[in-house]
Amino acid sequence: MSYLLEMNSLSASYDNNVVLEDVNFTVSENDFIGVIGPNGGGKTTLLKVILGLIEPVNGKIIFNNDLINGNSIGYLPQISTGDANYPVTVTDVILSGMMIRKKIISRMSAVDKKKAHEIISELGLSGMENSSLTELSGGQLQRVFLGRAIIGNPKLLLLDEPGNFVDSTFENDFYEKLKELNNRMAILMVSHDIGMISAHVKSYACVNRKLHYHPSSEISNEQLLAYGCPIQLITHGEVPHTVLKSHS
Amino acid sequence: MEGSILQYDFIVKGLLGAVFASITAGLAGTYIVSKRMVFLSGGITHASFGGIGIGYFFGFNPVLGAAIFGILSALGVEYLSVRQKIREDSAIGILWAFGMATGIIFIFLTPGYSPNLMSYLFGSILTVTNADIIALGIMSLVLILYFGIFYRTILYISFDESFARTYSSYVNIFKYVTTALVALTIVLNIRMAGVVLVLSLLTIPPNIAMIFTRVYFKIIVWSVVAGFIGTAAGYVISYFAGIPVGATIIFTLVIIWVLVRLIFQMLKYIQKDKR
Repeated sequence: MSYLLEMNSLSASYDNNVVLEDVNFTVSENDFIGVIGPNGGGKTTLLKVILGLIEPVNGKIIFNNDLINGNSIGYLPQISTGDANYPVTVTDVILSGMMIRKKIISRMSAVDKKKAHEIISELGLSGMENSSLTELSGGQLQRVFLGRAIIGNPKLLLLDEPGNFVDSTFENDFYEKLKELNNRMAILMVSHDIGMISAHVKSYACVNRKLHYHPSSEISNEQLLAYGCPIQLITHGEVPHTVLKSHS
Repeated sequence: MEGSILQYDFIVKGLLGAVFASITAGLAGTYIVSKRMVFLSGGITHASFGGIGIGYFFGFNPVLGAAIFGILSALGVEYLSVRQKIREDSAIGILWAFGMATGIIFIFLTPGYSPNLMSYLFGSILTVTNADIIALGIMSLVLILYFGIFYRTILYISFDESFARTYSSYVNIFKYVTTALVALTIVLNIRMAGVVLVLSLLTIPPNIAMIFTRVYFKIIVWSVVAGFIGTAAGYVISYFAGIPVGATIIFTLVIIWVLVRLIFQMLKYIQKDKR
């Protein structure tokens, strides 16, 4: 299978502290990787290295040609980066994902606008095209930012703590949506601890300075789905745990 | 005959001043209000007073001095807070007071000539020169072109800077250029409204617009409209009542803001009642 990006003994630092060390990691087409690990363990730095915001101090990151040419990486940052009180409409936020292509003069063509409307209806936000962000619920807001991340048809989608601002009613919908998107793009999803994460995730990368990759073979989907819910608790095994019986 | 020419000149100057002030303040104001940069803009305004004082002392155009001080302080705040890790609000507070102190010292030291301090602090249409009006006119044109061409880029960068940074390497350039244009807008409007009051010329109109629209472009348009009504009405009232023009403009704008708020709250109440 062709890989999208490959990290070779990569080290990266943040504020002069080495947070990632000797990372070897590949992302291939149709991957759905859950990146888990403690706060400060280097998860966000990993995303920033992929986005090109942080240069590795050692080793290198190699991108597939598809990723270098243009609109190839979609990014859903943590909610805190965009001001939800800012006077900007749903359509404008989603269109801002096209900046990838336009760089300086960001005039939007009719094609771009049509694409934005398709995304809006795909994400179930029809009728809210001209709503401002303050009028939206947490779940709707998250879908708007997801729309911004995918409008450029990326080959790779990076999600930073998407669980942080989703209300539980939308959580299942959201992960279903990701599963659907996974047919067209690889997904790398960061979560703040070994904890709640979707069963749609195919493999895991545990990041705490070092990166350990757990391929899909370690987790069987049948096993997960036996619980009847797509959200799972993942542990490494030596953690004592209790499973309560269902209520019914 | 001579009286009517003077009067004509006064009206034309006032009208053009009102048009250009509302265009520049509406565009720059929408940017600073949306981006929560009002305090920074206050710092720029007051720091520029230092340039006015130095201009007087060394005998060059005080507005030029103010422009240099305004832009340098805007970039200085960015430098102090990002590079030197000084808290941004503290950095603003220091530059704010430093500019005022510098201005007062140099005006005090200027020999034999005591400039009308009040006109710089509170604004006066009588001191507005033709050159000031032309400068404001050019500034209006520059801002209309800048916002017209780069509308979406400016909007996206100010809405979510860190996201924009992931795709565009022009984020810093746009931030600095826009902040410098805001500083220039403030300085050129100081003649009209004065150091103390000019900030309200930028902040009140967008806040009037945001009562009834949250669409960025519409906020700009309605800010210009509200700014023009407030400025023009302020002129007329100050002329007939013989009171300072800057204060009258701000007073009128606040009254408009309160009235629009009340009207929209009443409309909301009536709509709820109908349901």
